[in-house]
Formats: sequence, structure tokens, C-alpha cells
Amino acid sequence: MSGTTTSSGGEYQLPREHYLNASYGIRSWLLTTDHKRIALLYLAAVTFFFFVGGIFATLIRIHLLTPNGLLVTPETYNKLFTMHGVAMVFFFLIPSIPAILGNFLIPIMIGAKDLAFPKINLLSWYVYIIGGCFVLYSFGTGGLDTGWTFYTPLSSVYSNSAVTPAVIGIFINGFSSILTGLNFVVTVHTMRAPGMTWFRLPLFVWSHYATSLIMILGTPVIAITVLLAGLERIFHFGFFNPAYGGDPILFQHLFWFYSHPAVYIMILPAMGVVSEIIPTFVRKPIFGYSFVAASSIGIAVIGFLVWAHHMFVTGEATYAAIAFSFLSYLVAIPSAVKVFNWTATLYKGSISYDTPMLYALGFIGLFTIGGLTGLFLACLGLDIHLHDTYFVIAHFHYIMVGGAVMGYVGGLHFWWPKITGRLYPEFLARAAAIILFIGFNLTFFPQFILGGLGMPRRYHNYPPEFQVLNVMSTAGASILALGYLLPMLYLTWSMRYGKIAGPNPWPATGLEWKTDSPPLTENFRETPEVDWEPYDFVHRPDLGLTGSKPKLPGKLSPAHGDD
Amino acid sequence: MQSQLPLYPESASNFSSQVDGLMLFMVAVCLFFGALICVAVVYFFFRYRRKTADEIGAPIHGDLRLEITWIVLPFFLLMAMFGWGAVIYVDYRHAPPDTLDVYVIGKQWMWKLQQPNGRREINELHVPVDRNVRLILASEDVIHDFSVPAFRVKMDVMPGHYNSMWFKPTKTGRYHFFCSQYCGTSHAIMGGWVTVMEQDEYAAWLAGSTNSGDPVAEGAKLYNDLACNTCHLPDGKGRGPSYNGVYGSKVKLADGSAVLADDAYIRESILQPNAKIVAGFQPVMPSFQGLVTEDQIIALTAYIKAQKDQPVPGKPAAGEPATGKK
Repeated sequence: MSGTTTSSGGEYQLPREHYLNASYGIRSWLLTTDHKRIALLYLAAVTFFFFVGGIFATLIRIHLLTPNGLLVTPETYNKLFTMHGVAMVFFFLIPSIPAILGNFLIPIMIGAKDLAFPKINLLSWYVYIIGGCFVLYSFGTGGLDTGWTFYTPLSSVYSNSAVTPAVIGIFINGFSSILTGLNFVVTVHTMRAPGMTWFRLPLFVWSHYATSLIMILGTPVIAITVLLAGLERIFHFGFFNPAYGGDPILFQHLFWFYSHPAVYIMILPAMGVVSEIIPTFVRKPIFGYSFVAASSIGIAVIGFLVWAHHMFVTGEATYAAIAFSFLSYLVAIPSAVKVFNWTATLYKGSISYDTPMLYALGFIGLFTIGGLTGLFLACLGLDIHLHDTYFVIAHFHYIMVGGAVMGYVGGLHFWWPKITGRLYPEFLARAAAIILFIGFNLTFFPQFILGGLGMPRRYHNYPPEFQVLNVMSTAGASILALGYLLPMLYLTWSMRYGKIAGPNPWPATGLEWKTDSPPLTENFRETPEVDWEPYDFVHRPDLGLTGSKPKLPGKLSPAHGDD
Repeated sequence: MQSQLPLYPESASNFSSQVDGLMLFMVAVCLFFGALICVAVVYFFFRYRRKTADEIGAPIHGDLRLEITWIVLPFFLLMAMFGWGAVIYVDYRHAPPDTLDVYVIGKQWMWKLQQPNGRREINELHVPVDRNVRLILASEDVIHDFSVPAFRVKMDVMPGHYNSMWFKPTKTGRYHFFCSQYCGTSHAIMGGWVTVMEQDEYAAWLAGSTNSGDPVAEGAKLYNDLACNTCHLPDGKGRGPSYNGVYGSKVKLADGSAVLADDAYIRESILQPNAKIVAGFQPVMPSFQGLVTEDQIIALTAYIKAQKDQPVPGKPAAGEPATGKK
């Protein structure tokens, strides 16, 4: 299938034709229906929003260096953290892995030429851009100071900032998610290559399938919720404001009904990335494939039933609080299953230090801390102390940045050779991974302690006894920023100057590595047939790992598979 | 007094020791599992480092016994965390009967607090040590949250209905309280201090107040000014039920159910009179939503409370004692 057949050790050439040189000009990009080009359109747009959100984050951390605030007025500070949250959650984290890596990889991974609805795929990008423009308009004309949670009646009545364009932008952007999710589900159901059975699907595809279900079922709820808040703001309908006969608690139920599952929209794709990276760099099958796959679905399903754990101190019924706490503990189990299985996959592997692997291992560590601290917040007796403090901030940054962003950056490194056909400078990349890991922990670990001390979130100033920990956090953030800037620079550099990668540089077992790097517009010269099990290195002479002698499994016997 | 780098807040209420015990348990369990994963990852990382470029790992696909172990074992630990947490929470959400009640009103961006005798404070709360204190929380605008880290408790302050929280201070001193639900521009300065005093000092402090308007008298005046008195006659023969002896009693409603006449019920009956109709009466009362402030509702409630010991008026219509409603 591969157009390049150079043996290992030889110098690779870029394939003569590929999706990047298939056509030229701005029209060929803006009107493309090639899922790979759309993925790159998303990459550009999502990177832009990451940069915007990152600038806000930087200003926040600088401001918090001193107890009375160093930089900005309270109004501006409130806008900074709100816009940071809105840009990062709705326009970076949610689309990042699905719309970039998922878009690029899912068709190739299952042996298809494109997604099921290529034009809808392009439409989803335009919808994202239009939604993004509304939000940027809000940021530019007065900003937004409601918190990314838009709690009513603050957002619907009292805020003096540009709430209306922001909620319109988020409403519109929701359709982008829905369309992407729909496209993925139909594609996975109908377009798998011969031999690509459900249980031969890469775990990346499984986790995106679960993510897509959440996108399709959950996103309409957030869209309608922010729309109702907007209507209350413009026309004074009494949905949420008690003065008009509404109920602010109703808003929170509706908001979290989506926004908790949305956390899984962010983390499940990252788990999928990690589930691809680890077997590749350990060169053995993932431990407990069916448990890892099923746990994605388990997280997606149970994740829909835990939303009111954000509301333990709103005065919700004690009975409801107990039920939601119980369900929140249940969702911890499939997440733990994944962590245990990834760790067990390392056992008796042949582990390399390549950059994607460093990110995957970093992910395991940070996600474990994020997950375990989630148990504190799911605990009713502790949430009455920790709720709405920096403990929450630290916890969800460990999940979303330590988890989702590490997964995203790791995945970008893993598939960069496939996307661009070129390798990045490995030493710099490893250094960046380590800098990110250290910077991240320095930034966010002190915030757990701040939260335990009771420092509330969203404070533009704070009592002086909290200063030392805040300074530590800001110092860490400057290291973290360096860790993000480095990949932006060397990845951009490598697009032109990087070493040619060849079709399968790692080598990895997935179908995407059996085509050229970068692939043809049609992905494969002929429809591939799959006759191997996922992550099987033993029966794959085509990977060129000929001199190897697999170590004996020891006491652990294979639970399934054909060996 | 405060160290430069505090790691954990002071412990000054009945809940702080409970929360801290649970916290310690959780930290221990989570440290164990976190360390287990980290040690395993680091150990495997070095132990199974790739030795030759074309080496592959052992083809192990999984192990059912291990999978079951790491599903079942965490499940029991999680249930222990869940159960322990729920026990504390249920205690926290159910105030004991003998509380000292303080009304707390949050508004952008200050706290108004009112002691049982009517003494008012702004952004300061004085409470006696070793007494059960209940805060009845109301908001005049957006959602706020009353949070006292040293007591390990917090509760949202909602517009539209009362929430309540309780604690028993165990140590005298001054402790921060914060607004911990983001409420707009000056959210971060919407805080203050809780002063926990010896009981006799507290009594002296309370008696020595200079700014106390008697809430019962204020409520009585409102009762006339707002013309409540045209319908809610003391003898229960008006168009609305009498308030005599109502507070703290079970009120029988038109739909056959009964409800405890507490602060929240009285508040609701003023703002949304048709939400609960007392048996034997018609839904004729207009809403006072927007016409009375949270302070005035508290005064009216204090007035109605003061009629607690008045005789309950005779039965209005059909058999059941009519315990009234405003």
C-alpha cells in the first residue's frame, strides 16, 4: 500500500503526490472537503484560540503575584479569567483532539477515503469560525465577565459586559461539535475497511466514538441553555431570574448536564491518544484491550449522570446530593481501569524514550493526580470545604491541561510525521516535554494547598498569607509557557526543514502507518484489508522488527488474541 | 500569627475535625494509589528500557483476574469515601433544633448580618463558642456563597429562596469568611471576619449593641404599613389565616398535605402566596415580590415568630385547626 519502500537505514523521500501538494492556492484550502486539510484548518484556528486563552492566563498569573493584584482592575481581572475559560474550553479543549487529530486520523485508521459527510465536515469548520468570531467580537467590545459558567442571574441580568454576542457564539459553535460527532459516528459505523471489525478498531477510534455520542447528545443542551440565558438578558423572559419568576438552580442543572460530560469530551480523546502511543513505544499489545475500549463507553454513559455534583452547596436536596455523589464515585472506576491497564502495558515491554512516550507517561501521572483529587470533590463531606476554592482549579487543570493538553501535544508529536511527512528535532522535543511536565506541576500543585486553605477561586486579590503559594504558581506558569512556546517553534520549523519521516518511523501497527507520509488525498492507493489484531507486533513482519525475540509472557497468560 | 507559608487552615468548628479526619483518610488512600502508579511507571520505564532497536515486548494481552481485582478493590474503597462523606454532609444539612439563628443577606458586594436580637453588622459576624449557630442565608441580587474555611463549611446564598447552614464554633478567635461564588466585579472583596467569643462575652457584646432596631417592632410596623392586617386578623376570621402560633407548627394545606411553618415557608408565602394555600382559605393574596426587601421579610418573620406563643385561633371551616399563613 505504501508508495515508499525504502528499507530502514536508507534516506526517505517525500512521496511524489500527497494531500498537501494535490492542489495549491487559498481556494483549494477554504473549499476543501479533504478531512486532512480540514484538520489543518482546525489546527490553525484552534492554535489561534489556544494562544488567545494562553495570553489571558499569563496576565492572570502575573496579576496574582501580589495580594492586592499587580496588573489590572477588578473588572479587567474578571474579564480575563472569563475569557480565558471561554476561549480554552469551548474553542480549544473541546475541538482540539477530535477536530484536528480525530478528523485527520479516523478515516485513515479505519481504511476509509474520507469521513462519511465531507461537506458537512467543512461546514463544521465554518460554523466553528463563525461562532469564534462572535466570541472574539464579545472579547473586543467590552469583554465578558460572567465566568465561563455563565451563572444566572449574574449573566442574564446583572453583568454589564458583552454577554449576548458570547452566548450567540457558543450557541453557534455547538453545532460544529454536533456535526463533527455525527460525522464520526456514521463514519465508524459504515466505512470500516474489510477486516476492520469493531474489536480491531484502534482505541483512539473507540474513544472518539464515545466522545461523539456525548457531543451529539449533550451539546444541544448547552446550546439551548445559553440561548435561554441570552433571551432572559435581551427580552427579560423569566427562566432563571427569581425576580421574574425563574429559578437560577434550573440554569445550573441544564448547564452542567452538558458541561460535566463536556469534561469527558476533552479527556476521552486524550485517553485515546495515550492508548495509541503506549503500545507503539512499548511494542506490545495494550493490556486489556476490551476493558480499555469498554471503559470509554462506560465513562461516556455514567458521565451523563453525575452533573449535579457541581451543586452540592447550592442547597440541593440532601437525597439528590447523595445520589450524585455515589454516581460520581462510579465514574471513577472506568477511569481507574484505564490507568491500571496503561501501567500494566509497560510490564515486560520494550520501552523507548521517544517524545510521544514522554507525553503519554506524563499524562498517566498528571491524570492520576487529577482523577484522585476528583475523589475529594465528589466526596460530600469534603466538598463543603473545597467547593469553589483553588482546589477545584488545580483539580480540573490537572485533568484538562495535565490530561487533555498533554494528550493533545503528545498526539501531535506522535502523528506529526504522518501529517507533515517530516520529523521534528527529537532532543528539543524531549526537553520541551520535560519542561512542560515540571512547569505544569509547579503551576498547579500549589493551588491544591491554596484550595485546602480556603482561597476562593475568581479572586482578583487575596489575603497576604496566600502570597507565597501564588508566587510559586506564577513562577511555574512561566516555565509552562516556555514549554508551550518551544513546540510551536520547532514544529513550525520542522514543516519545512525537518528530516523526512517515511511512512512508519516509530514503527507503529495502525493502518494509518501503512500509507505514505503525508498520505494521498484518497489516503490509500487501494482499499486496505485488515487481517491483523490491533497492537500486534509479533505477526507483523512488515514492521521490520525482524531480529527481535519476544520475551516469554511469564506468569501472565494471554486473555485473548491469536497467539 | 499566620505563618508565611500556611499549609492547612485553622480548625475551629465541630465540622473541621470531622472534615479533617476524612481528608486524612482520603489523602492516605490517594497517596498510596498515586505512589503505586508512579513507582510502577518509573520502575517499568527503567527496567524494561529498549535494549536493541528492533526489540519488541512480550505479547501479553491482559489478565482477567487482574482486571477484576482493580475494579472490585477500588470500588470498596470508593464506597468507603462516599459513605463517610455522606454521613458528614447529612449532619451538615440538618441543623440541630436548638440553634442560635443569624440572618445573613448577601448583596453586591457586601454582607449584612443580623443577630437574633436585631443587632446588625456589616461584613462581621460575632458568634459564641460552643453554641450551635445557624445562618439563614438570602441574596438580594445574584448568587453568593458564605464560606468559612476555618469551620470547613460553606453554602450558596441564592436569590429567590433561603438556604441555611450551621456549625458549632469550638475555638475563640477571628477567622476569615469569604464569598466563594463568583458574583461580579468586587467578588474578591466581599468577605469579612467571623469573631468567635466566649459565651458571656458574646452576651455582653449583644446587649451592648447600639445600632439594634428591634426586628419585632419593625415587623409590627410593616404589618400595618403593608396592610397585612386587613386580611390576616389575629382571630383567624379574616380573608387570610392568622399568624398566631404559626411559627414552628405544621400547617395543613388545601391539597391535604402539611408543611412546617419555618422561615422559608413564611418567606415563600409573602413572595409567592399561591404556592401553598392553607386549608380553608382562597388564593386571593397578591404577591409582594419586589415590594419588600430581604431585610423587611426578616423583620416580618421576626414579628410572626414573636406571635409563636399566642393562642391558636379557632377552627375556620372544616374540622382541622387552622394554623395560619400570612
